[in-house]
Amino acid sequence: MLAARAAILAVTLVAWEVAARPTGGADLIAPPSAIAQALFATVLRDGAIRSAILFTLFEVLCAYALAVAGGLVLGLAIGSTEMARRSFYPVVLLLYAIPQVVMLPLVTLVFGIGPAAKIAFGFSHGVFPVLVNVIAGMRNVNPLYVRAATAMGAQRADIIRHVMFPHMATSFFTGLRLAMTTTLLGVILAELYVSTAGVGYFTKLFAENFDPAPLFALIGILAVMAIALNELARSVERRFTHWRTASTS
Amino acid sequence: MKDSPAASRLVQLGFLTAAVTAWYVAGRFSVVPPLFLPPIDAVWSSLNGLIRTEEFWSAIGVTLSTIAKAYGIAVVLGVLAGYLVTRSRFLTAVLEPVISALFSIPITLFLPLFILVFGIGTASKVAYGAAYGFFPIALNTIAGLSRVDRRYLAAARALGISAFGTVRHVMWPAAFPVILTGLRIGFFIAFASVLGGETISSVEGVGRNIALSAELLEPARMYAWIVVVVAAALVLNGAVSAIENRMRGQ
Repeated sequence: MLAARAAILAVTLVAWEVAARPTGGADLIAPPSAIAQALFATVLRDGAIRSAILFTLFEVLCAYALAVAGGLVLGLAIGSTEMARRSFYPVVLLLYAIPQVVMLPLVTLVFGIGPAAKIAFGFSHGVFPVLVNVIAGMRNVNPLYVRAATAMGAQRADIIRHVMFPHMATSFFTGLRLAMTTTLLGVILAELYVSTAGVGYFTKLFAENFDPAPLFALIGILAVMAIALNELARSVERRFTHWRTASTS
Repeated sequence: MKDSPAASRLVQLGFLTAAVTAWYVAGRFSVVPPLFLPPIDAVWSSLNGLIRTEEFWSAIGVTLSTIAKAYGIAVVLGVLAGYLVTRSRFLTAVLEPVISALFSIPITLFLPLFILVFGIGTASKVAYGAAYGFFPIALNTIAGLSRVDRRYLAAARALGISAFGTVRHVMWPAAFPVILTGLRIGFFIAFASVLGGETISSVEGVGRNIALSAELLEPARMYAWIVVVVAAALVLNGAVSAIENRMRGQ
């Protein structure tokens, strides 16, 4: 299986190289060899590009932390009573369905072209999956357990900590994983929109100079970063949710 | 009982009223700079003027036809790819994780490449929307088709049904609910991607008009466009759910 996947990757790379090399990137698809060369000769060597990439990582992590905290607090508030859930969950789902990308010009108008706009946009993309999954997870809690805990004198905080949280963990960690994907999306969208600073500036620079090799290299680095963050979120999800399937099966 | 649906409707109505009132008050007394939040009546009159212009309808037309093309390509290629991959179990086992790993990379990263290769016009948005919409459709087609009970296929073969007949009468009905989910997700992803591509770099369409209004510092006009998109998204959401429920009901 792994060998077959490696073979597909190798064949794709070779075909790409063979197809792109004769034109020398004239049709704007740089061959892999030129991309690798550009990666080490241009992109990684340029301090400004390096710091732009690291700054994007910083923005993603800030936005993600805010999204998780905000989604958890709001989700607990909305999910804790039947009335609040029934009133506000549909509102949350409606807001979630709006393509937020059309607010991007507004976000940069309000927050400027600095990191604040990117963090805000990443946050607004990341908060919804957490919120929706926290509310959905709290719904999974058997009401009998809550009633039993109340009968035994548990306070609201105790119920959330000891009854609700263990039961919503599966759903919550799914939300954390989805939020990582959407936060990344939000930050990258904002980075690309603001083309006077950060990663967006360099992608625009390379694209306008018809210089595809460093553009591919830069995109490649960001893609690797995205995959690594996704895998991190996925492994956290696996680590914290396996007990559930293990204990019930 | 206090938790009745009517009570939640009342809370929702109260929430909406509070939001609109807050917006009105903020505009009236300039609590928020009008550049960030123009008065609600200014947005309303801007919207009224906007829908009477020729450019408004031509921008809507451009965006709708871009979405239709992107989604059409995504559906055809996604379902076809899903069908071809699930023809063999080995291919499914090898390729399914590759496709889902590719989907975890934000395709937005490649937007500058789409612009570079397909130009700044609508072609790059079609390609970008199609690329984004392709993955959920292909993955759900794979999931749907690979879970069709092998015994049904064996029975169909034993009964002498042609390859096309097997797809039409056995595989399609069995896989349809899962594929339908993919088609819905793919539609909204293609919808949002086309608007996003237009907002970030384009020369026409709804997204471009929103970005342009912001660049020209005309917040009322920008909000009017955003209101149009939000309304369109909510209407489409309702319409797609209705279509989906109807098709599932069959």
